[in-house]
Amino acid sequence: MNQREKEAYLREYSILKAQGKPFFPYAVAKDSLMGLLVVVVIIVLSLLFGAQLGPKASGATTTYVPRPDWYFFFLFQLLRVIHPPGFLGVATIGIPTLGMILLFLLPFYDRSAERRIERRPIAVATLVFVVVAMALLTLRGAAAGSPTALTISAPAAVKAAGKGAVSEFYAGRAASSDVGCGACHTIGTAGNPGPGPALTHVGSRIPLAGIERTLVNPTAPMPSFKGLPPKELTAIATFISDLK
Amino acid sequence: MSEAPPRPRRRRGPRLPKPPVPPAFLPRPLPPGTQRGAPRTALDHAAESGKVVVDWIDERTQLSGVTRWVMFRKVPRGTNWFYTLGSATMFAFLAQAVTGVFLAMYYRPDASGGAYESVRYISTSVFLGNFVRGMHKWGATVMVVLVFLHMARTFVWGAYKYPRELNWVIGVTLLILTMIMGFTGYLLPFDERSYWATIVGVNINGTGPVIGPYLSDFLRGGPEFNATTLSRFYAIHMLILPGAIAGLILAHLYLVTKLGTTAPPWVKATPEEPALGEETA
Repeated sequence: MNQREKEAYLREYSILKAQGKPFFPYAVAKDSLMGLLVVVVIIVLSLLFGAQLGPKASGATTTYVPRPDWYFFFLFQLLRVIHPPGFLGVATIGIPTLGMILLFLLPFYDRSAERRIERRPIAVATLVFVVVAMALLTLRGAAAGSPTALTISAPAAVKAAGKGAVSEFYAGRAASSDVGCGACHTIGTAGNPGPGPALTHVGSRIPLAGIERTLVNPTAPMPSFKGLPPKELTAIATFISDLK
Repeated sequence: MSEAPPRPRRRRGPRLPKPPVPPAFLPRPLPPGTQRGAPRTALDHAAESGKVVVDWIDERTQLSGVTRWVMFRKVPRGTNWFYTLGSATMFAFLAQAVTGVFLAMYYRPDASGGAYESVRYISTSVFLGNFVRGMHKWGATVMVVLVFLHMARTFVWGAYKYPRELNWVIGVTLLILTMIMGFTGYLLPFDERSYWATIVGVNINGTGPVIGPYLSDFLRGGPEFNATTLSRFYAIHMLILPGAIAGLILAHLYLVTKLGTTAPPWVKATPEEPALGEETA
């Protein structure tokens, strides 16, 4: 936008403004009606859906599926889609930060004088892409299970041991997902990178008995799983020891 | 023989309806000899009192100029309902502020026992407590939706362009602060859902490059989730962020008033129409 375009815009705008109506009462009336509508919508939503209160938080349970408020679903889903090992920071903070910087600087790199949307093809393409991507990510994030659900597939050694071993592996994986190992451990490409160590190859370091002992009597802050049914505990321990 | 002076022409235009003034307040004919405009009865003085108070305040603050500048500025031709999205967002923020104050009267930011119980007390025992908490919860959703709609309108109409670039930057800051508001408020009920979502959220912050670990340490008040984390989130949610958002909204509104709202991009000033300052010719 050069000086001539700036002056042309200001001249045009001053004419349009002079032909307009005063803010009070015309715009004020519209704004007040809209504000009233906003409050009514909030009241109706509160009456229809209310606010739930779940069980009290206790650091001991790891069975809980973490879920943010819906307007963070797209961010959570983004982390699940983009999961490059070693570049987790890029996915988690990098992409949202880049998005924010691009949003902040929009008026500084889009310097054309054109304001009509039908003559701004790049703006239309960006808008469609962002809206569709955010809507899809939000919908899929709403439908998806826990972000700590484990996705690792059976290693070759387990497959070689026969069908029974493979089904045992997946049963143990489901149990581990349910108790929320991924909340503190990375297993394959799923799970959080801390505070616990990665378990992707833990079976090659610790024997089955050691894993069982750790589950029952762990080092703080890991919670003990001795309250689980013994069958489930064995399934989890077998699954973890299969991770080689 | 001199001609009679021309009669003053009567003002044209629609005759506006008169407000329904009680008969006691209607002006009565002045008795002969009294000065015009001088108050005579106690009722006249009472009728004058509002004007006197406003004049007294205005003499000391000189606010009437600002009020006129804000209220009687013109909005450009073509202004429509899409222009109410910004003020609707502000109303959602005000609703959040009001309901939040009522919740703060009962809430205790005590992680070791008290936070969850106080929220349960609000939900079950306080008069209209669950209704107000529901309004606060859904008000957050409404505010986020309105922020995005307002931003979409600004983007589609190219309203972020010259001379309103700075207001776009302030608006994006407000969007981010609104999201942080949602994130910090989510922990406060301190049930399983909010606790684990916050743990994961803070851990995600911690994976960021360079400042990530410091940011998550700051949010938690230490390397682990501990007793001060909740009160830290509470202070951010109800002291730092509302203050910052309110201040930035004022700055946003100042620039809106100073620069004027955009006209819709398809509305063009027709060339026959005189420019501002030429119409008196």
